[in-house]
Amino acid sequence: MTPADHPAVLTKDKTHYCPGCSHGIVERLVAEVIEELDLCSRTIGVAPIGCSILIYDHLLVDFISALHGRAPAVATGIKRMRPDLFVFTYQGDGDIAAIGTAELVHAALRGENITIVFVNNTVYGMTGGQMAPTTLPGQLTTSSPTGRDSAVAGFAVRVAELVSSQDGPAYVARTTVADPKGVMRTKRAIEKAFRAQLLGLGFSLVEVLGACPTGLGLTPVDACAWVRDSMIPHYPLGEFRVHERLAGAALGA
Amino acid sequence: MSGLEKVLMKGNDAMAEGAIRGGCDAYFGYPITPQSEMLEYMARRLPALGKVFVQAESEIAGISMVYGAAAVGARAMTSSSGPGISLMQETISTLAAAELPAVIVNVMRAGPGVGGILPAQADYFQATRGGGHGDHHSLVLAPWSVQEAMDLTSLAFDLADKYRNPCMVLADGLLGQAMEPVVLEDREVAAPAKDWILTGAAQGERKVITTLRLDPEELEALNRRLEAKYAGLTPQEVRYSTHLVDDAEYLLVGYGTCGRVARSAVDELRAAGFRVGLMRPISLFPFPYEPIRALASQLRAVLVVEMSAGQLLQDVELAVQNRAPVHLVNRLGGIVPGADEIVLKLRELIQ
Repeated sequence: MTPADHPAVLTKDKTHYCPGCSHGIVERLVAEVIEELDLCSRTIGVAPIGCSILIYDHLLVDFISALHGRAPAVATGIKRMRPDLFVFTYQGDGDIAAIGTAELVHAALRGENITIVFVNNTVYGMTGGQMAPTTLPGQLTTSSPTGRDSAVAGFAVRVAELVSSQDGPAYVARTTVADPKGVMRTKRAIEKAFRAQLLGLGFSLVEVLGACPTGLGLTPVDACAWVRDSMIPHYPLGEFRVHERLAGAALGA
Repeated sequence: MSGLEKVLMKGNDAMAEGAIRGGCDAYFGYPITPQSEMLEYMARRLPALGKVFVQAESEIAGISMVYGAAAVGARAMTSSSGPGISLMQETISTLAAAELPAVIVNVMRAGPGVGGILPAQADYFQATRGGGHGDHHSLVLAPWSVQEAMDLTSLAFDLADKYRNPCMVLADGLLGQAMEPVVLEDREVAAPAKDWILTGAAQGERKVITTLRLDPEELEALNRRLEAKYAGLTPQEVRYSTHLVDDAEYLLVGYGTCGRVARSAVDELRAAGFRVGLMRPISLFPFPYEPIRALASQLRAVLVVEMSAGQLLQDVELAVQNRAPVHLVNRLGGIVPGADEIVLKLRELIQ
């Protein structure tokens, strides 16, 4: 599929996302991989609470919306009953790494055969740009108005490392969609994560570093530069866990 | 073979067995006293039957797994006690809003807070008023014996599917722990066809299950639909049993373990020449308001027996509507009232 093609499972309607938001890119990549792997009529997506709750209006496969943080547990219930279906969650940083940390970690520990696409943009977008568990030390948000002071507000969680340090996962990677090369790598990571599930290898997760220009108070271009210059040093890119049956093609340079 | 087998079973085991006989496809739960035997029973039995058992990381995760399993058509359940049931409330509200069937067993222990592990009925309001946020209700069934605990747990799956709504079995720690003989009856499981489930869009037509409704008109339409569904449970899902009420001047009202103790009190008072009867609600939502109201005019007094601080009392008062004075005898904190306490209280009322 080339960038000029339009995946059939992706809506042609307008989305509600802000200009420069990374969700649109990630949703499109998920749509491309679903189509390329011929999963359109055997997929159930689990939507989070957050900006991407309305992913079910954009990505035209079966969907169920989960309560805040609960998506991995909901996906567990679905997958245990229908192991023949492809089941993924799509979650933001507040959803997965604050209120939903337990569900994330335990789905990973069980090696639950589901896939999580996690978009990390360091803020709670929908509620107005508050501090997230992934907010960088010193970062200004609406609930850390003088910058995140780690002495009182703690540190930024590294989800990919947290999960990949456990025994259950088959595939864990961190990528970014803040530049074109990163977009292509992200697509390959999503495809590998999906394949891990299709091969029955267990839990897979792709953490995608994205930009929230509205939450950051930056232009879309500057927000992408911020992801490269400020986020990536804290959140190193790469594959953290690759099951031996997925080894071979790396994400590429 | 007749299909009838009589065995001695603990209440928690019997409810688990009742679930299996009710067609339970999956159990997702977390240990908590006094119901952990149900989790253990399911861990032993379900995988052997080719069904699903998952010990979840919390009650929140457990009920979330039930939500996911229900969405793809499974007869799914969880069980817990007070603190765990409190944790589940957000998802119970969501199951009701999404109109997904689920069975939840609450083996009540004494609260509030961590409370104790002995029997209580203090989760009555939580169970019957909805328990979570927003306008919603679960169907609530309250057994008084190990046999009935098993049978009602089977029935709960049928009701949950029929109404596409959570159905709660509200037992207490005494019923969970007590052992009694039960008859294991073969049971026909006939789950209705479910054309609303997610299938992965296998037939090409995709479905979305969501409880987000930003348009107030659309949300009100759901609220009205649920309101009508709950109202429609009466009279056909109203369940209760009576004992010696025809000529009664005094009526005891109690459910579950308290209903059982009250029955002993009735027999004792009858032997002493008093015209006393028992009304035992079995469905707590919908509540048997009308059957109680129908008796009220003939009564000198009603005595409510409960292991909570006047919760059942409120529903009985709503039923009686001042046709007779309504009194309360109760024990709290994990103490089961004795028949002698009920007899004493009623003798006081008679004088």
